[in-house]
Amino acid sequence: MEPFRTLTSLAMPLDRTNVDTDQIIPKQFLKRIERTGYGDFLFFDWRQTPAGEPISDFVLNDPRYKGAQIMVAGKNFGCGSSREHAAWALSDYGFRAVIAPTFADIFYSNAGKNGIVLVKLSEEQVDELLKNASTIPNYRLTVSLEAQTVTDGRGFNASFEFDAFRKFCLVEGLDDIGLTLRHAAELDTFEKQHDAANWLKAK
Amino acid sequence: MSNPKTLFEKVWEQHVVVEPKGEPTLLYIDLQLLHEVTSPQAFEGLRLAGRKVRRPDRSIATVDHNVPTTLEGRLNIVDQIAAKQISTLRQNCADFGIELYDVDSRQQGIVHVIGPELGITKPGMTIVCGDSHTSTHGAFGALAFGIGTSEVEHVLATQTLPQSKPQTFRISVEGELPQGVTAKDVILAIIGKIGTDGATGCVVEYAGSAIRSLSMEGRMTVCNMSIEAGARAGMIAPDEKTFTYLKGRQFSPKGEAWDKAVAEWSKLPSDPGAKFDRELVIDAATLVPYVSWGTSPGMVAPVTANVPDPANAATEIDRKSFERALEYMDLKAGTPLAEIEIDRVFIGSCTNGRIEDLRAAARVAAGRKVSSHVSAMVVPGSQQVKAQAEKEGLDKIFREAGFDWREPGCSMCLGMNPDILSPGERCASTSNRNFEGRQGRGGRTHLVSPEMAAAAAIAGHFVDIRTWEVREEVTA
Repeated sequence: MEPFRTLTSLAMPLDRTNVDTDQIIPKQFLKRIERTGYGDFLFFDWRQTPAGEPISDFVLNDPRYKGAQIMVAGKNFGCGSSREHAAWALSDYGFRAVIAPTFADIFYSNAGKNGIVLVKLSEEQVDELLKNASTIPNYRLTVSLEAQTVTDGRGFNASFEFDAFRKFCLVEGLDDIGLTLRHAAELDTFEKQHDAANWLKAK
Repeated sequence: MSNPKTLFEKVWEQHVVVEPKGEPTLLYIDLQLLHEVTSPQAFEGLRLAGRKVRRPDRSIATVDHNVPTTLEGRLNIVDQIAAKQISTLRQNCADFGIELYDVDSRQQGIVHVIGPELGITKPGMTIVCGDSHTSTHGAFGALAFGIGTSEVEHVLATQTLPQSKPQTFRISVEGELPQGVTAKDVILAIIGKIGTDGATGCVVEYAGSAIRSLSMEGRMTVCNMSIEAGARAGMIAPDEKTFTYLKGRQFSPKGEAWDKAVAEWSKLPSDPGAKFDRELVIDAATLVPYVSWGTSPGMVAPVTANVPDPANAATEIDRKSFERALEYMDLKAGTPLAEIEIDRVFIGSCTNGRIEDLRAAARVAAGRKVSSHVSAMVVPGSQQVKAQAEKEGLDKIFREAGFDWREPGCSMCLGMNPDILSPGERCASTSNRNFEGRQGRGGRTHLVSPEMAAAAAIAGHFVDIRTWEVREEVTA
């Protein structure tokens, strides 16, 4: 996983609430068995008509936001299905950070495992960023995971909460399984005792 | 009691492997359920790292999302990408020694339907699956939640997951549910009330006399849609109904082991005086049959209500979302929900594809005919549900009424198989999500109970099931 410390980039406003993972990556692309190549399918049904024509008023098609690595969106971003394909699609397209008032739990976990930083700010702060990103040309934000701040270099300065362990993993780009295996001895001991609980066995 | 604990806390504590300082708790996972869609990249990850599956005996796989629901379609899957995903699961299960209930197995079905019916799901377990509706299994007093593919790989490799302890939220539904109000209406009402992020970061325990009065199937319907309120998981305390349901099932303990298990499971319910981080009490008598009108499961209203006016939305961004939802759904504010005409009906899914759901729909459909402008299908949640329904003659009732009777699978809940809506089609659906395009691009989904879906199929529009004559019993 690519480490994340500080990112400065164009900010793309996605002025919608409850952006669900079915929109982030529609189901027809979940049949693939690969982990890469999902960027072309990001927001597929919002990006183009059934005939394959680009929908010009969808923000991802707006040339002003080409190359944006930071997205600003409404509350409950990433709700719905557990598909990690949503995180793969965002990351593959080039997004490294999403700023919203709230995120759905499973998506939050999936994003972290793919090097995407999810920043929770208040609804008022997000409203301000949505407004700025849609009205100020070339509006850039800096997300510093190390300092836990979002700044725009023109007066906006917000700090955000972030789980210390998750931050450590993102900053270092660490793999979870490797981290868990540090506890292999405890796991062996626990499992031996736990296996005696027959009433918790699958079969 | 000195230190009263909640059901969730008891299950959590029994599964703590280690609590490293400054890190999430490492939680032991008793069971992982696998299906074709969210597992291939996890197995690939194991191969690339040269890792094994730590406990193949604590994993079970089936095929459900992609599988066509016609007999011909299943034997020869036309969609080559879907076929490849299914054959990949076969290969992975064979390579790593995991039991697979394949398309031709008598145990095949939607992963959240077969776990309980085979007696694999048990009270007190920790259960995960790469599917957000894993919360279903919480109806048995298990801690069950959906995970992403990286976590699927993590569980395959270590049988554990690092987890931050969620908050606890008790939602008590007290009193008697009015006639015509089902488990589906209970959960739709809860989501409508607390919102789609109303329980984010929480494990919800559903309690109260109305929840206790539900059958195990009804409890599963409630827990199933916990995720639609943002909850990490939903749980219900195990009781006599739970034990009666599980007794004698294929993988339930037998003989002395059964008695020992019941003794252990009986210790699980929340202790009197246990503290929850949040509490909500709902009066069952105030609940009615609901219909969703928008593109998020929180957009629900009583069947007797009108499509709401976006002008009344609380915030600007909410107003925009309402307007966008109405535009997508092709609905006008102020239209009575009961006047909305439908084209399709889908009865099935991990939310409402169990035997009791089919019985309830059959009681409405018996002796009636599906409206001439509606195409309606019933998709049993599993082979066992299908066999039981056919034994009871429900298939005959549905067929005579003009419903299509299908083979088990996720079907039109998510449109990953041939069962999809065409653009512009409007569907009364017993599934769990009304997102844009969920059942097919441009398709319009209204979430309802099985009874309401069956009645809508017959009337051709939504109707208040409380005003309908419904048979007490059905026999073919």
